[in-house]
Amino acid sequence: MGSTLRIVNGRVYDPANGLDGVVQDICIQDGRIVAAVPPDTKTVDARGMVVMPGGVDIHCHIAGSKVNMARKLQPEDHRHDVHLRTRVSRSGTGGTVPSTFTTGYRYAALGYTAAMEAAVTPLGARSTLEELQDTPIIDKGFFVLVGNNVLLFRLLQEGRLEEFRHALAWWIGATKAYAPKLVNPGVDAMWKGERNANITTLDQKIGPFDLTPRKVIGAFIQAANDLGLPHPVHIHCNNLGHSGNYTTTLETMRIADGRRAHITHIQFHSYGSVAGKTTDNPTSKAREIADFVNTHPNISADVGAVLFGRSTSMTADAPLAYMLRQFGGHKWINADSENESGCGILPFTYQDQVYTNALQWAIGLELFLLSDDPWRMVFSTDHPNGGSFMSYPKLIRLLMDREFRKEEMAKVNQKALDNSGLRDCHAREYSLYEIAIITRAGPARLLGLTTKGHLGIGADADITIYEEDADKEKMFSTPRYVIKDGALVIEDHEFRSEAEGRVLHVSPDYDPGIEQVIQPFFEDFYTVQFANYPVDVEYLHHHQVVPTAHQPAGAAPSPGA
Amino acid sequence: MTLIGGRSSRQGTALCTGKLGADYIDVSTTVEMNVEDMARLGLQTDSKVRLRTATGETILRCKGRETKDLPKGLLFMAYGPGSSQLMAGDTAGTGMPLSKNLQVEVEPVGPE
Amino acid sequence: MSDDNIRTVNDATCTFCGCVCDDIALTVDVAEHRITKSQNACVLGKAWFKEHGVEERPFALIGGREASTEEGVEEAARILAEARYPIIYGLSDTTCEAQRVAVSIADMIGGNVDTTTSVCHGPTGMAFQSVGESTASLGEIKNRADLIIFWGGNPAEAHPRLFSRYAVTPKGMYTPNGRKDRTVVLVDVRRTASAPVADIFLQVKPGTDFEVLWALRALVKGRKIDASIEQRTGIALTVLEDLAARMKRCNFGVLLFGMGLTMTRGRHFNAGALLALAADLNEFTHFVAAPVRGHGNVTGADNVVSWQTGFPFGVNFSRGYPRFNPGEWTTADLLARGEADAAMIIASDPAANFAKAAIEHLRRIPVITLDPKTSITSQLARVAFTTATYGINTPGTVYRMDGVPISLRPAFPSPYPSDEQVLTAIRSRVRTLLGGNRVPAGTPLGATAT
Repeated sequence: MGSTLRIVNGRVYDPANGLDGVVQDICIQDGRIVAAVPPDTKTVDARGMVVMPGGVDIHCHIAGSKVNMARKLQPEDHRHDVHLRTRVSRSGTGGTVPSTFTTGYRYAALGYTAAMEAAVTPLGARSTLEELQDTPIIDKGFFVLVGNNVLLFRLLQEGRLEEFRHALAWWIGATKAYAPKLVNPGVDAMWKGERNANITTLDQKIGPFDLTPRKVIGAFIQAANDLGLPHPVHIHCNNLGHSGNYTTTLETMRIADGRRAHITHIQFHSYGSVAGKTTDNPTSKAREIADFVNTHPNISADVGAVLFGRSTSMTADAPLAYMLRQFGGHKWINADSENESGCGILPFTYQDQVYTNALQWAIGLELFLLSDDPWRMVFSTDHPNGGSFMSYPKLIRLLMDREFRKEEMAKVNQKALDNSGLRDCHAREYSLYEIAIITRAGPARLLGLTTKGHLGIGADADITIYEEDADKEKMFSTPRYVIKDGALVIEDHEFRSEAEGRVLHVSPDYDPGIEQVIQPFFEDFYTVQFANYPVDVEYLHHHQVVPTAHQPAGAAPSPGA
Repeated sequence: MTLIGGRSSRQGTALCTGKLGADYIDVSTTVEMNVEDMARLGLQTDSKVRLRTATGETILRCKGRETKDLPKGLLFMAYGPGSSQLMAGDTAGTGMPLSKNLQVEVEPVGPE
Repeated sequence: MSDDNIRTVNDATCTFCGCVCDDIALTVDVAEHRITKSQNACVLGKAWFKEHGVEERPFALIGGREASTEEGVEEAARILAEARYPIIYGLSDTTCEAQRVAVSIADMIGGNVDTTTSVCHGPTGMAFQSVGESTASLGEIKNRADLIIFWGGNPAEAHPRLFSRYAVTPKGMYTPNGRKDRTVVLVDVRRTASAPVADIFLQVKPGTDFEVLWALRALVKGRKIDASIEQRTGIALTVLEDLAARMKRCNFGVLLFGMGLTMTRGRHFNAGALLALAADLNEFTHFVAAPVRGHGNVTGADNVVSWQTGFPFGVNFSRGYPRFNPGEWTTADLLARGEADAAMIIASDPAANFAKAAIEHLRRIPVITLDPKTSITSQLARVAFTTATYGINTPGTVYRMDGVPISLRPAFPSPYPSDEQVLTAIRSRVRTLLGGNRVPAGTPLGATAT
């Protein structure tokens, strides 16, 4: 068998293989990139077009109970942005939290072929997996929330580090997750157990636990390191959104101490402070944060840029959402999950004339423009927190087009700009090569997805072909062709076929004896049976296990993939 | 009087046996009434009453409840075909018909 | 009866009510297709397991005549494909896998899909869209809640293990003394079987929950309420002041509410007042609220419809995309106003509890039912499928009332197909009849409409 395809005459941007706009053919067979194909293969003539690997979104919120609650919350968000059914594809609705089919189609229509759901509570893993099954075309996975896990905290405070590591591995495998996620580590004990308190410093005692956030973060970084996970601990630092929080971020990055750690939506964690009339106002500390990331190769980050307009805040950082409610939020969701996590959700609008919002916008851009290593400061808006993924093309334009950026800078609150460093780094423009790094090659590498984000032999045939346009927003909004696993999903701007995409997950090795430690905890404090908690692999349809550093490489996709 | 439709344990178990079974029919054709109201209307346990609303009517057997449990003026019955006859279709734009706190007329039905 | 015939299924899930208890130990007589014991189940669960065996019934009935499932599928697909305003309803007592197929059929034919939510906690869903909700999983309640308020519901008779497994008596992480670590309040219009469980019972006058909730909101925020509230609602001001103080003082408070709020005058305003009260209390302490759901997988139905369409219930697809407007595209209305011209009812029995006008309309239009048992709706149906019982015969995913997803462990197989299988066959046939999804005139075929 072997459906084949060839792309000819396109300018190829494949940073992982050093290709910067080289005109080169790409051959595809059986869903992979190969060296050659038969002469009578269907050919796509990409003359004058830009060929890149499919986009890889390292951090977004697209599936699971938190996302679904946000959907249910906002019919007004969907009503004006409908997605029509076609003969072969499902209808849906959009807005900042689109329905699942629409999410998959729209990501594909932007040229993305993989996305990671960034925060899932283990108890709700099935819910995320079901929604991902209904998110067509793209490959996907999720990060599992472990940074407030009560049993893990207990093991840690008792110094049972080996068991901590085995339990962590068990939890990642049981939920079919891709990577471990920490959100405001320690917050749950404060929010749920101490009448809505919060974590404010890395060295405070976490409620009843003989632990501090510093200790917790260090332990997770070490355990993930020891397990050889393809993507390290993905960290939403403490103190998100607070003036002066950049010190917490720097301290958190220092905890890593040479070991890999990923700081997510780092823009929200890059604020200095200056005294205001009643409270402190934030300022930009993008320079300090960017400098640290630049000089510490073990650290990676995604920016979490803000774009003006409607967004939805959805986060496992429950007190953060409650705090945002004061800024004009009228409806608000809080949802606690036993022994594991919580979440907060509310609609939010970023306005260019509001000082804080304009500052956040500027800091996001600053971080990109100050980055010396685009492989480690990659693209995100923390969709939909900073802005919808549908605004990715606009953000790309802001990075590539200095003139456009200048026009936009003129429209925003100027005092905010004064308190940022954006004017100082404004000269820089991202090239297509760098865009290909921050939206494809970099995220794939950081995630440890060795067959994605590049167009070398053996790579997954996930390819996007754009028509070159001076207006980069227009260019990146409407790829001419999108190929997924070697099949043309979009051809001449039109949707051609459906597909399910694969769930990517890891299955780190652990000592099965750890179940004897975990089970009694379930019996006492959970309300679901231990036997019913782990997700059966048959629950997944198309899926692929990505090996850890200790496991044999090149695991094949599952039967039926 | 005010009728409240709801669930009961017996209705729940009878549902499982089947809606055509004697148990379900029995539980959904019974209405609980305050004992003082029953006395006032000249009713005993298992007496038949007709409940009527603008929509329709249904005949049920009554069962007494003390005032501390079911205040005067209130009636309780398990949801079912009987309560359906009394429910108006209008949902006031909510999708939910009024199923509780229906105003009903109550009259004893003579022996047949 | 040899021992080979007896199987034990541990950690089985009961789906009779929204508690979705997954700790049931079933003793199954495989040869007789019967569950002889269901350890840990409450009285409702025991009946659920006991009474769902395998009955001798036709696979399908078409116009009262016995038929095969395949013949039923043919006829059902024809009805759905030819109808101008087909509606799909029910879905709360079946798996998510089946629910997903049902929604895809509604999308394909440009019909309407609605779940029993619209006549249950639909008003809560509507209030949720205005106010949001501060909530928690049941285990959080077990582990932390020291003040529990049941409002407008009767768990003793409808959700017995809410008391024993989740909220009132169990020992939790921060409630090691179980019942003694909790204060239980019950608010209702009549003294139900749940009242003996409560430390404090508030008997409100029917139709005045909104006033009571609003007064509590005011008291929580430090405003004054006139003593005449007692005459209006039946609750003395001092009682309300005491309750408001307890709510502010507790460490972790919970409001669990039921149909007493949603089914009475005010509906979503009542639910909204309660949700707003819970939200307000978070200024003082940690406070959550949760609707107590009736059917085993009604939460799953909400979730599936929401993730596939963006809206929780009452969704119409006739223009080629999902639209939502309770009162317009909810089933009680579509039937009572006589608008639907065909209906597929899955795992539900509207003819037993809908309004009179709605039931009369169901008798006039072609109806398709999928149900393990004969019901009042199946008796009036044009095509009545017998399907296997979810959780007892079929595997699949269900969601507990607090949104926790659980995988079912079936006890014994059934000769009848599952809802998912029947719906998948119907979808396939409808797709053939229509040549693909129905696309309204004027829509570009095969284009992305982004």
